[in-house]
Amino acid sequence: MHIPDGYLGPATSGVMYVVMLPIWAVASRVAKKTLKAKQVPLLAIAAAFSFVVMMFNVPIPGGTTGHATGAALAAILLGPWAACIAVTVALVVQALLFGDGGITAIGANCFNMAFIEVFAGYYLYKLISGSSSVTSFRRVIAAGIAGYVAINIAALSAAIMFGIQPLLYKTASGHSLYCPYGLNVAIPAMLGEHMLIFGWVEALITALVIKYLQKQDPSLLEAQEEVSI
Amino acid sequence: MKTTVKLWIGIGVLALLSPLGLILPEHFKAGDAWGEWGADTFKELVGYIPQGLEKLSSLWSAPIPDYAFKGWEEKGLAGLSFAYITSAVIGIFVTACLVILIAKFLSKKD
Repeated sequence: MHIPDGYLGPATSGVMYVVMLPIWAVASRVAKKTLKAKQVPLLAIAAAFSFVVMMFNVPIPGGTTGHATGAALAAILLGPWAACIAVTVALVVQALLFGDGGITAIGANCFNMAFIEVFAGYYLYKLISGSSSVTSFRRVIAAGIAGYVAINIAALSAAIMFGIQPLLYKTASGHSLYCPYGLNVAIPAMLGEHMLIFGWVEALITALVIKYLQKQDPSLLEAQEEVSI
Repeated sequence: MKTTVKLWIGIGVLALLSPLGLILPEHFKAGDAWGEWGADTFKELVGYIPQGLEKLSSLWSAPIPDYAFKGWEEKGLAGLSFAYITSAVIGIFVTACLVILIAKFLSKKD
């Protein structure tokens, strides 16, 4: 889901930067207000986890690859705004040091994975958890569903960005200037593979880590409860 | 043991296992992620290389492109795996340091 340089035209990547700027600004402000010193190690861990889990490319035999992102998990543990910062840092490091995701597409990739996926994951988890206790099994299920749905919404958002390029940029000869695949190809491809495979990977890691923390240190799951927007 | 220490150990284990993300796709003959092909691949995919895409695709040359060392292309899966683990360690370290720096910067301002 890391859109490389060249797939999005300048208008699309520019707009996504402009959209992300106020989101990053709010994230910083909220973090400044609510982030407690004892949460900082967990924030670093969530970012590092997000970075490394994206290196686990899961193959579709004979087809493409994809991976989980850890974004919903970060949101559940830290709240959406702090998680936005954590996943943004992971994505920026991937783009700058490893060329994974384009420089011009940092705004777009952060919008998909550090904003859409983080917020979708957070609110779905909250909604499904309801008032259940932090150690309840319902929360494990909530985490899994949040991970699955959130990554699929992010994949859909990326697919829309890919898919509108042929509409926006065409040469006189009818060739696309940037991503040549329209919505009719990009959406089924991106959504299909995430619904079939990668969404389940995200669901599994999100649910398993929550399950582990319920046993190991439920206070980490409670800490988030106090952090409001 | 503190939970954070255990979680860091878990991340260390993930870094060591990360080559699975390289070896499994290779084994199952899975190609690039959808929408992450190199510019040249478009010749096979759609018959031409989109001009703008070709120009922008080489905009940035990352120091460790695709988690692999430059000039190690001949070293096979073992070499690639080593580079992958090294990349994971570097990436985890840089990411964690940046987050801590940002958190420090945010909390100091008050």
